[in-house]
Amino acid sequence: MSISRRKFLGWLGAAGAGTTIGSKANAASNKVFKGYPDSMGVLHDATLCVGCRECEAACNKVNELSAPDKPFTDLTVLDVKRRTKNEAFTVVNRYDGIPESKGPVFRKTQCNHCLEPACASACFVRAFKKTESGAVVWDESVCVGCRYCMIACPFDIPTYEYDNPLTPKVLKCTMCAPRIEKGLLPGCVESCPKEALTYGKREDLIKIARDRISKYPDRYVDHIYGEHEMGGTSWLYLSSVPFEKIALREDLGITPAPSLTSGALGVVPMVVGLWPVLLTGVYAMSKRKEKIATEERETAVAEAIDKTTAEGEVKLSNAMAKAEKDKEKAIEKAVKTALEEAEKQAEEEAAAKTEAEAAKADQVEPDKSAGKDQAEKIDEAQTEEADEAPKTKDAKTNDEEES
Amino acid sequence: MSEDAAVDRKSIMTPFNICAGIIVIAGLIVTFIRFTQGLGAATNLSEYNPWGIWIGFDLLVGVALAAGGYVTSAAVYLFGMKRFHSAVRPAILTGFLGYLFVVVALHYDLGRPWRLPYPFIFGYGTTSMLFEVGLCVALYLTVLFLEFSTAPMEWLGYKRTRNLVHRLTLVLTIFGVVLSTLHQSSLGALFLIAPSKLHPLWYSPYLPTYFFVSSIIAGLSMVIFEGTLAHRAFHHKMDEAHKAEHNPLTLGFGKAASLVLAGYFSIKVIGIAAGNHWHLLATGYGFWFLVELMGFIALPCLLYAMGVREQNLKLIRFTAAWTVLGIIINRLNVSIIAFNWQLPSSERYFPHWMEFTISIFIVTLIVLAYRFIVTRMPILYEHPEYKDSH
Amino acid sequence: MNNIIYTLHDFLLHTESIVFIIMGISLLSMVGFWLFLTARDEDKNIQ
Repeated sequence: MSISRRKFLGWLGAAGAGTTIGSKANAASNKVFKGYPDSMGVLHDATLCVGCRECEAACNKVNELSAPDKPFTDLTVLDVKRRTKNEAFTVVNRYDGIPESKGPVFRKTQCNHCLEPACASACFVRAFKKTESGAVVWDESVCVGCRYCMIACPFDIPTYEYDNPLTPKVLKCTMCAPRIEKGLLPGCVESCPKEALTYGKREDLIKIARDRISKYPDRYVDHIYGEHEMGGTSWLYLSSVPFEKIALREDLGITPAPSLTSGALGVVPMVVGLWPVLLTGVYAMSKRKEKIATEERETAVAEAIDKTTAEGEVKLSNAMAKAEKDKEKAIEKAVKTALEEAEKQAEEEAAAKTEAEAAKADQVEPDKSAGKDQAEKIDEAQTEEADEAPKTKDAKTNDEEES
Repeated sequence: MSEDAAVDRKSIMTPFNICAGIIVIAGLIVTFIRFTQGLGAATNLSEYNPWGIWIGFDLLVGVALAAGGYVTSAAVYLFGMKRFHSAVRPAILTGFLGYLFVVVALHYDLGRPWRLPYPFIFGYGTTSMLFEVGLCVALYLTVLFLEFSTAPMEWLGYKRTRNLVHRLTLVLTIFGVVLSTLHQSSLGALFLIAPSKLHPLWYSPYLPTYFFVSSIIAGLSMVIFEGTLAHRAFHHKMDEAHKAEHNPLTLGFGKAASLVLAGYFSIKVIGIAAGNHWHLLATGYGFWFLVELMGFIALPCLLYAMGVREQNLKLIRFTAAWTVLGIIINRLNVSIIAFNWQLPSSERYFPHWMEFTISIFIVTLIVLAYRFIVTRMPILYEHPEYKDSH
Repeated sequence: MNNIIYTLHDFLLHTESIVFIIMGISLLSMVGFWLFLTARDEDKNIQ
């Protein structure tokens, strides 16, 4: 875990202390976050800047950056708008033709060291850190090089070593954090000949800026850029012209960067907690529906089987009965014929007797065997018919199972 | 040269294989350039434009179009649409390959790709939407791998392991839907941190919802689209169940896509109202937004509906391809076209040819891997030994 | 002084880290809970 156990327990303790004592409630209440107290910042008064590029030179020197093509004394580079680069953590731009100002206005660009840095909020390895001193610093040892910090930064400050295939760095102004630790001023502030840059506690800088605005209301726009922009920045700006004219966007709003994504982040655990419930519910319902459907189908099939079996049985017994009847009938008929024949014979014999009294009358056996043959034949036919009944039953059951 | 060898060569030298071969060779050359000379040599990325098509297309579009896996498995295993069972395996396969190659493509874009696991080992930048995306993609890739693994296990005959994994189907499906919901929406949430850079018509607090809902549309449409392609190329590999279920599946998914598109359309309009951006519709970007809204959301919604009502499979298949195109446009709008819209055109980004090469290379690799797998493993047909085991 | 969280970013880092851990635990325990819930169902088939 990133947060040490001690720190974690400490925070819990702080929350408890906050509620019982009630002092420093805002700082510890987890409701309002005002940044590190006594953190440092720089006030850039654009009305004092003359565009001499001394700050650029000093920045280049203290950060040991590669020397530019044109020397820092060459002011023609100000003819085009520039931005921070790998080899220039700060640049001064000249803004011409602003109706609110008689001459050109110069403004220095560098990392603004947000109180709630968007780069830090966006970084998935916590490579960026807002230090207690106020500086936002980057840690090379964990950076993956995804460049999401560059997407996130509302001031387009971080740059990237695109030409470095193995260890590309994200580069930006560090507010000279190593120098501050040694008790030195940031390079640019130290070098500024016009005192356009003031280093100090951010709270004091805001007071200084307010003083200047109230003392010279004609000279300044009544706004301290950076006091609230993006939740506040450690670098603050004063200007004689609307800030938009010196490329400081006024449409950024005052929402600190972490608040922009905290809503979406807050939904994540809700999805994790409730989606399984919902999905398992849907699954259970569809499963149950399926089970009921299967049961219904099984009952239907069973009923159908029963019905066909019953039908088959009825048919069979009917056939049997019919066969029995036919058999009886046949026997009756056979017997009847036999009897009739016998009678006929008897009559004939009687006639013959009368005709030839003298003739012998021994042979009077009635032909029963003929009747017997006939009955057997009918019997066979009936069994065949009875065999067919179960067969139809099978066929029917198959049909229903398939459907 | 013997006659047999000549025949072999002829069967290998199909137009498809020749094209694929050229792309792969070009891709390997660019890969070499990228990893020896850095991103600067292979891309048009700049300080203002740190993300190009390797993120906008390979990552955002790749993940959206790989949504077919979770959509289909949820429909079949959770929502009880068992009649589409034959569609699950191909969808899982394309989902798995999609995510796998998203991760491969990510290695090109990252400055120090070997540090990809750092967020979960050292970093824990839990406030970052990218942390959320990374974590869910990593976990979901694992889930997809497990879901897919039954096919190679059947192919290679690891019966016991296969049955063990098969018993996890339900749990894996639910995990898959949870993780997909999260990272699909988080991909949209990536841009929440940059309200000053993304055009207000596309920037919305609803971005995560838009991305999630449109991923369902993408998933449904991709299943239809891929199914159509697979039927052309691998008809002989399909069993009767697959062939029989294909047309009902096209109708069913077409109907679902139409419905989801209708909902997506309404929340997109609500987004304009919630941000009060009506006046922006009259601008150039507004026109482009309307093209997306009407041409690639409202139109496919209606075309799908007509196709379903008239049982017109051809129309549904066309609409599926059209919708996929719409999703691609949407993701590129958010990440590239409407991003940094305030910058002068000289500072805007247009991809380097090498960036296109790598993106095409990655797509080709997906197609080749798909072909390798479906011609060998039981994807489009059921393995005879494992029939009725679901 | 270390006890107080000064920035929203640090606060979110702290809470989100805990939330992520709880999410992992809850996701896994849902599986176990479902098995516990349905263990005595007539059909023990959870597939």
